[in-house]
Amino acid sequence: MIRQYRCRIRAWARRGVLLGAIMLVIAWASVSQAAPAIRIGLGMALTGGLAPNGKAALLAMEIWRDEVNQKGGLIGRPVELVYYDDQTKPAAVPGIYSKLLDVDNVDFVISGYGSNLIAPAMPIVIERQRVFMGLFGLANNEKFNYPYYFQIMPGGPSPAQEFSRAFFALATQQNPKLRTVALVGADAEYPHTALAGARENLKKLGFEVVYDSTYPPTTVDYTPIVRSIKATNPDIVFVASYPPDSVGLVLAAHEVGLRPKLFGGGMVGLQFAQFQTKLGAKLNGIVNYDFWVPEPTLDFPGINAFLKKYQAQAEKAGVDPLGHYLPPWAYAMMQVLGQAIEATKSTDQKTVGDYIHANAFDTIVGKVKFGANGEWEKARMLLVQYQHIKDNDLSQFAGPGKRVVLLPEEWKSGTLIYPYAEALK
Amino acid sequence: MFSFELLLNAVTAGLLLGGFYAAVSLGISVTFGLLEVANIAHPVFIIAGAYGAYALNTALALDPILAGLLLTPIFYGLGVVIYRIYYVSFEQRGEQSLRGLVFFFGLMFIVEVSLLLVYGVDYRMIETSYIGSSVLIGPIGISLRLFVPFVVGLILTLAVYLFLAKTFYGKAIMGVSQDSLALRLMGADPVQIKTIAFGLGIGTASLAGALLLVIAPVEPSIGREYIGRVFAITVLGGMGSIGGTLVAALILGVAESLTATFSGPSWALAVSFGLLLLALAVRPAGLFGR
Repeated sequence: MIRQYRCRIRAWARRGVLLGAIMLVIAWASVSQAAPAIRIGLGMALTGGLAPNGKAALLAMEIWRDEVNQKGGLIGRPVELVYYDDQTKPAAVPGIYSKLLDVDNVDFVISGYGSNLIAPAMPIVIERQRVFMGLFGLANNEKFNYPYYFQIMPGGPSPAQEFSRAFFALATQQNPKLRTVALVGADAEYPHTALAGARENLKKLGFEVVYDSTYPPTTVDYTPIVRSIKATNPDIVFVASYPPDSVGLVLAAHEVGLRPKLFGGGMVGLQFAQFQTKLGAKLNGIVNYDFWVPEPTLDFPGINAFLKKYQAQAEKAGVDPLGHYLPPWAYAMMQVLGQAIEATKSTDQKTVGDYIHANAFDTIVGKVKFGANGEWEKARMLLVQYQHIKDNDLSQFAGPGKRVVLLPEEWKSGTLIYPYAEALK
Repeated sequence: MFSFELLLNAVTAGLLLGGFYAAVSLGISVTFGLLEVANIAHPVFIIAGAYGAYALNTALALDPILAGLLLTPIFYGLGVVIYRIYYVSFEQRGEQSLRGLVFFFGLMFIVEVSLLLVYGVDYRMIETSYIGSSVLIGPIGISLRLFVPFVVGLILTLAVYLFLAKTFYGKAIMGVSQDSLALRLMGADPVQIKTIAFGLGIGTASLAGALLLVIAPVEPSIGREYIGRVFAITVLGGMGSIGGTLVAALILGVAESLTATFSGPSWALAVSFGLLLLALAVRPAGLFGR
């Protein structure tokens, strides 16, 4: 009888131990699952004028987040993106970042797309001493000199000047010597900064400025502007424009017959597949800045795998089908932050910020090292020329030969067709 | 930098731009000018028209202008439905002033977000034979991208003007804008007449949208940029005056073009709106207002 009881007690004990073990496993699993996510907050232009870029950048960030989470997250914690639509309105940005930091209590903040929308976030982030990753802001930290601002666009220590430096350097290489320059751009943060940088470069190089004007971003017809430029007969036309005005100016240049020796410079939007396919051969000859193009000299590890993943989702997301311009950089920015968190095993702002300052990062856009002001230690802006574009076929822009790299020499993949009119033939 | 050739070209470009502005403002001239319905959602219907033309151009390779014309009946029907909702919900209850404005604000966002959901945020533009080319007549260069919208804008304005001046329904619309009670006493139904007028106003948006697509790339929120311009043109021309709308549009177009050519493009809008203020100071009812 006693033996029977002992057996029963042992059986119950075994069941109890088994049950306890199962409970422990479940509890442990739920504890590990409940490890708080690393929350990364941002405002992004998901509607409004910059939304095509903003949505493409967000898709790239989401690809990074999903890849990181599939590998177990960062320092054992999943990554979560907390984002709000800034509607391309700078006035909406301070409210968004205050909410992210004070209400959502995110661990890190990164910027939305573009100078106009980074500038209003700066004071809030600086006040709270947060690491701030910047996505394509032009010289946003110039006046603040905030130590934990890191900007992924490869503009180098003097980004405002860098935007036009290679363009005018190319101009000085031409024979006979070019003398006169027309400067034109939109009344907005980026074009103003780029034009200011261009004026400084021109002063150093001794060019004569024959036209220097800005236009409201709501301009509908660009032919009067282009006609005024043509009347001054400049050798060089440097343009700092946003996507709709870039298209308007290219069309107007063709309609008016503007034929300077060099045309382009800082035109945002010509890098987008949507415009490339519609403007087609009208792009030929334009010399413009770029950050990454599918040329053999820029075949960095991981870039093609990323683009393949991005392009598979682009149509559904309604964003740029090729994604050459901004997405790789949005992804690379996240890679930098992720690598810094992983290496320091910390979410402490100072620790992570100091680490980013002190180290170089391997990313899909190449090796990234930040300088003292948070810009790239050494600039890597590309100067490309649109060449041999025949029709409106998208696939021609996916491969090399249509946007050849002229400068810097290190990444050069082709030669300039000169003058501008020659490339139009 | 002044030259006679530059002046001629600036005036021509301004007139061409004015023709387009007239097409864009025509709907507001009818709905706001004649019916006094503050339809601030009108520009977003123009954008919807642009997307409609884009869709037909992409799917069937239709010319955008033809596509815009084909969509006119659909937009007319849309206008009829919107006015009915507006009438029943606000005008009938005498709450049209503020709540009606909120209604059109809401409508603007709904259409905008619908376009975003369907087409995404990317800019859309089209390719036709007349985009990017021009013809020279003596020293004057005429951009076909602006000339086609100018001609279509003039025809559209003339058509609306003739409809209002010569047809029974047109005269009834003019009548309802002046005294709806008198119209009721004549045995006509003012609500039905207003419904037709509102449908007509929205109907013009599809063609105006197609013209916009010819001139520049579009994205769902770009309509907001036109709100100020279209209301300014309607007010400057004189509320409800179709001829006045055309003249005001041409004045604003030429003022913008001359300023952009000779004084720097930054001042273009400031000069246009300065002209509006000046004109209203002299003629508070607008150039052709009664």
